[in-house]
Amino acid sequence: MKVTGMDTAYDLESLPAHPPYLAPDYRSTRLRAPLKPLVIIPHTLSELTGPVFGHDSVREHDADMTRQHAGEPLGERIIVTGRITDEDGRPVRNSLIEVWQANAAGRYIHERDQHPAPLDPNFTGAGRTMTDDEGRYRFVSIKPGAYPWRNHPNAWRPAHIHFSLFGPSFLTRLVTQMYFPGDPLMPLDPIMNSIPDEKARARLISEFDIETTVPEWALGYKFDIVLRGRAAKPFEEDAR
Amino acid sequence: MSRGITASQTVGPFFAYALTPEPDGFTPLVGNLLRTPDAEGSAIRIEGRVFDGVGDPVPDAMIEIWQADGAGVYARDFPSGSNHKFRGFGRCETKLGVFAFETVMPGSTGGPDGSIQAPHVNVGLFARGLLKPLFTRVYFEDEPLNVKDAILNLVPEERRNTLIAKQVSPGAYAFDIYMQGPNETVFFEA
Repeated sequence: MKVTGMDTAYDLESLPAHPPYLAPDYRSTRLRAPLKPLVIIPHTLSELTGPVFGHDSVREHDADMTRQHAGEPLGERIIVTGRITDEDGRPVRNSLIEVWQANAAGRYIHERDQHPAPLDPNFTGAGRTMTDDEGRYRFVSIKPGAYPWRNHPNAWRPAHIHFSLFGPSFLTRLVTQMYFPGDPLMPLDPIMNSIPDEKARARLISEFDIETTVPEWALGYKFDIVLRGRAAKPFEEDAR
Repeated sequence: MSRGITASQTVGPFFAYALTPEPDGFTPLVGNLLRTPDAEGSAIRIEGRVFDGVGDPVPDAMIEIWQADGAGVYARDFPSGSNHKFRGFGRCETKLGVFAFETVMPGSTGGPDGSIQAPHVNVGLFARGLLKPLFTRVYFEDEPLNVKDAILNLVPEERRNTLIAKQVSPGAYAFDIYMQGPNETVFFEA
């Protein structure tokens, strides 16, 4: 299938890094994973374009979740930073990142979160930022707590921060979760373990980084993200 | 050199206060009103529900849509686009069991091998229990271009109706999504 007028192609071969839809150990997939075959479609203008957000989408304190209220939230202050690139290492520039997370006690502000841990009046846990010209981003937050969920008896989610990214097209859209190094809950987590490849799982674990750490103030973690996308191919190349 | 892409993980049940925050106080970045006063194209509403494998409505999903304007221009084409404000992107959660978008009827767009794609809206579905989004498309009933649409023609004929929104009143279209079951919606891989 030829796609004309496009300068980007996305390899289907990259997709096995993602989990399958059906991962029975993660109970909610059982009634929500499609059971009929997906229909593979060529990459048309509809897939190769995507929404563009300007820097005016983001306000100053959107990237600092410790400064969105009158007081400071409780918990271990952290800086999370990294670089968004495509599969060839090219930066994903000026691109929106949205994050959300539980507070230090493992409680989300969401009305449906029934975990009996305290809310923090000084913490919402929602942030946004734009990547810079090198694809870099930086958030300030507090370290989220682990929390129980009802997937199976004594189930606990490892501490994590949710990330939502766009990249240049509808096909580069990614929602994922960042984990923290050394968390003993990770090997027990059906959501993380839904990713078949060990290396792909490891890429979701941030790295403690002493260089990012600000003395007397906050611990630093690095989390790089790779979105779909390869170097430009000739216009008439097979895009499937 | 392949670096390996970052794997997807579920959006989980608690995204709304960050991604679709209208009821929750955090200023929304994008919502379900796409139509702008200067948008090219006739006003339409697309509404629907999302059902799981036992037919229960899903109350914690997020739908994202991405579409061209009425002239078949995606906002990416700016500034050659036919208008300056229609961004073509929307989000809606299914907290009340339903989703709805106020937008414009998209125009036809270029397709594979110089073909023409029938008017359609691209859909991404995110939810607890979805480890990666589901992608589908909304096409519109009574659209003559549907029969020649290259994507629709890749879909087994008996399942094509799952992609066609029904007009329920002038300018209002219904599009339900079935994650499983006999009417399971056609989902795409691309």
